[in-house]
Amino acid sequence: MIEIRIHGRGGQGNVVAAYVLAGAAFEEGKRCQAFPNFGAERRGAPVVAFVRISEKPILRRCQVEAPGFLLIQDESLLHIPSVMEGLKEKGGILVNSLKSSEELTKEYGRPMVALAGSQMAAEIVGKPLANVALLSAFLTLTGLLPLEALKKALSKRFRGEVLEKNLKLIDEVGAQVAAGLWKKEAKHVACA
Amino acid sequence: MLHALEGSQAIAQAVALCRPAVVAAYPITPQTHIVENISKLVADGKLKCEFVSVESEFSAASVVLGSAATGARSYTASSSQGILLMAEVLFDIAGMRLPMVLTCANRAISAPINIWNDHQDAMTVRDSGWIQLYCADNQEAIDTTIQAFRISERTELPVMVCVDGFVLTHTLEVVDMPNAEQVDSYLPPFTFKNKLDPKHPLSLGTLVGPEYYTEARYSLHRALEKALPEIESADADWAKICGRASGGLLTVDGPESASVGVLAMGSVVSTLTEANEILPGKKRVRLMKLRAFRPFPAEALRQACAGLKELIVLERAFSPGCGGILGTEVRAALAGMAKPPAVRNFAVGLGGRDIPLGTLSKLLDAAKAQGNEGFSILDVEPERLPPEDR
Repeated sequence: MIEIRIHGRGGQGNVVAAYVLAGAAFEEGKRCQAFPNFGAERRGAPVVAFVRISEKPILRRCQVEAPGFLLIQDESLLHIPSVMEGLKEKGGILVNSLKSSEELTKEYGRPMVALAGSQMAAEIVGKPLANVALLSAFLTLTGLLPLEALKKALSKRFRGEVLEKNLKLIDEVGAQVAAGLWKKEAKHVACA
Repeated sequence: MLHALEGSQAIAQAVALCRPAVVAAYPITPQTHIVENISKLVADGKLKCEFVSVESEFSAASVVLGSAATGARSYTASSSQGILLMAEVLFDIAGMRLPMVLTCANRAISAPINIWNDHQDAMTVRDSGWIQLYCADNQEAIDTTIQAFRISERTELPVMVCVDGFVLTHTLEVVDMPNAEQVDSYLPPFTFKNKLDPKHPLSLGTLVGPEYYTEARYSLHRALEKALPEIESADADWAKICGRASGGLLTVDGPESASVGVLAMGSVVSTLTEANEILPGKKRVRLMKLRAFRPFPAEALRQACAGLKELIVLERAFSPGCGGILGTEVRAALAGMAKPPAVRNFAVGLGGRDIPLGTLSKLLDAAKAQGNEGFSILDVEPERLPPEDR
């Protein structure tokens, strides 16, 4: 089982990202679980959502305390101490940021992969929401699920122009990030 | 057919499959998505039913009281303060023996205000005369919702389906959604012999004096007791159609040789099941999932406890100044056993406090320190309170 924690701010589509990622796992015949940790929901407030992907039925319903991967929708969240708490050794951190991976790694003292998700989404979809871009990058880095599964899951929630543009965003992001960079990590952080 | 669905959406679809004639509801977190999804199904023409948007939970309960009394299959849902605002009407619905189904998206009670999950809302109306069934996952929430209509209409008692707020309602997971043919073959159209009908005038909820009130209340008590086999057969018959059961009155999991048992209700059972599987063999417990809280299955519970030295009751609410609610009831029920297990009682996860996998080990350790008649809150940190409040 792979456990993932998504950190964002209210309004950035955090819960949708969690549901779509779990939905993509379902499209591949896997078991999945996604749920938000709701706080005081308002735009801009930090929010967290959790995703579990497994070959077997998932029984635990507690929050993800030791994620294998962190998806960070907004670089400013890295200043909240709890955001990186519990990340597994060799776990990966993917951050929506205009900085380079090297810059982020140096600044926060641990390896991170940067993705200009908001910028790409603004250009391709017309809205600076990084959630779908982060999912595409995450799946490309880990090879956990094919991007086709992500597209299928997305097409169950959206349609028309919004869907078309997001599908294009998935492809463009997928072509840009290093495919398989986290393949070993994905195996290493898997738990029974 | 398998789907990856949010719990609320799955429950809404299950309700729609039961073809309710009237749905009345007022939104409250974490119930909102359920009724929002039902209202969308109605607006999209996928569910033909009267959806009544009301101005309070008191009205929501009143509307379904009225609609059920006319023989219409009726449904509502609420949480927390909403259940409390409904309380007066909930007692009326049960007292008038009106069949209907209510989903309680379980949430803590104010004050202090808290929108997260525990069982204090449903526990607070435990004496209302409603059947209460608790679900461990969203598959059980779907299947129990469908079963609830059958149980309700056969017993002429209202049924509250309790699903943990957020933990189930806001969790997307893989569920098998039954099809209309399956549900139609299981749940016949609702025919209510005591319905209000101008051709055959009838009064409901009239004044009853001391000369007959006791008998009226006794009959409600007996109706609930007689509902026990109906709950079991509703589950068994549904299992014949869809191939899975939701746990009848209660289920037992774990090694038969275990001398320690743990009993709980709702989604925490799911986490405890995994925690039990990863414990070393000798430490594994007899894990009991209590699905029917009302009527209380005392006899089934005594049978499930046979041979246990210790039973730990883990609950998600308590009665201030007394202690555990479920724990107190379990102690009373087991007192009739020849060799009853020592009962330990803990509350956990109040107001949405996370219940991690390690809870089971912590519980087993804490139980050793608790006296037989004790009650403790497993995850309380009294040192965070000023000394005078501890």
